[in-house]
Amino acid sequence: MRPTSYTVSFLVVLKNTLKRIQSTTLACLLFLVLLLTSKQLEMTMVGHVLIQLPLLVVCGWLVTPSLPSRLESAIEKDNEYGIPGILIVIFTVLFWMLPRSLDAALASPFMEFTKFVTLPTLIGIPLALSWPLLTPVAKGFVIGNLLSMLAVLGWLYTQAPIRLCNYYLINQQQQVGNLLLAITAGIALYFTLKCFFFDKNLEVGAL
Amino acid sequence: MRLTVLIFTILVAGSSVLWLETNGFQAFTSERARRLAVTATPKPLPIVTLQDHNGREFGFADYNDRVVLVDFIYTRCPTMCPIMGARFRQLHRSMENISPDKRYSLLSISFDPEHDTVAVLSSYADTFGADGSSWRMARVSDQAKLDFLLKELGVVIIPDEFGGYQHNAAIHVVDRGGRVAHILDYDVSSEQIQQVVQQL
Repeated sequence: MRPTSYTVSFLVVLKNTLKRIQSTTLACLLFLVLLLTSKQLEMTMVGHVLIQLPLLVVCGWLVTPSLPSRLESAIEKDNEYGIPGILIVIFTVLFWMLPRSLDAALASPFMEFTKFVTLPTLIGIPLALSWPLLTPVAKGFVIGNLLSMLAVLGWLYTQAPIRLCNYYLINQQQQVGNLLLAITAGIALYFTLKCFFFDKNLEVGAL
Repeated sequence: MRLTVLIFTILVAGSSVLWLETNGFQAFTSERARRLAVTATPKPLPIVTLQDHNGREFGFADYNDRVVLVDFIYTRCPTMCPIMGARFRQLHRSMENISPDKRYSLLSISFDPEHDTVAVLSSYADTFGADGSSWRMARVSDQAKLDFLLKELGVVIIPDEFGGYQHNAAIHVVDRGGRVAHILDYDVSSEQIQQVVQQL
């Protein structure tokens, strides 16, 4: 290898390392901010469900590139086609979608701790590791299911005549319901436009 | 083979966690969960001193050997509490047709003792026809004891933007041993309540 090749390789490694450090720092900062603002965010249902929970997932996603490569390859070996990883994601999402789990996180410090641990580690990290491994059909299946789950939850929150979460007012519940429906419509519109209008040659795998 | 085993393990573990979290896929909300919990294991009421709308002090133990239907209210409430008050008035009137040994008592406890003084409760009791014996309006003047009672029963009170509160609207059925044995919807029929009372 010539000296210029060494230099290029070194620069590539350095760039990737810097990217990883940047992403981990961002994840740690975000996690810290979420930890410090937990009481404020949890005061409203929108803050809890639509800001804190997704951002905890983002923390896990951001920290994934910094996982030791040995651990990553060990996980990848067992995470064939990304199926085990995505199943862990689906079950954890289902758990935290339950109104009862939200109430429990507010009532019990143990459940609050569980939330802060499981959302990054059982949704963010496995999602980041599994998504690139999923087949196009599996990706379509996951997106389709996510949209239907969000729509059903949004509809339920807007229509329920009683509080589903004991710790939030009914108008906050309806607000979350409306926003969930809007987010679902936004995601659906994005994929529809992308697939049918803007990128006609798009493969599902490229989503 | 390895992948199949892993997928199967995750499916079993994930389903088990969801099964446990939802009491066998029956309780998706904490309100439903607390109702199932008391039905499975009746919950003894804590010892608290209540003051009724006539200013008399009493405790849950004073209802010795009698079933009591308890609801939680605040007199400024413009929505659920008047509806529950009307429901209790119906139940109170329907007791005339029940044999004395099958009768129960009604107890409406205010969770807003600062505003709901004896005088305010007395006027509220007059509005709904609470007679002070088979139906009492009451308050717990000791805030710490009130908080403990609400926490024990899983009643969550949250302030709303109009200066009032939102809270669980339900009828708590206390058995002859002073334990909450059922939690029912406020609009449950008199016949269903009678059935529940007879079982206790």
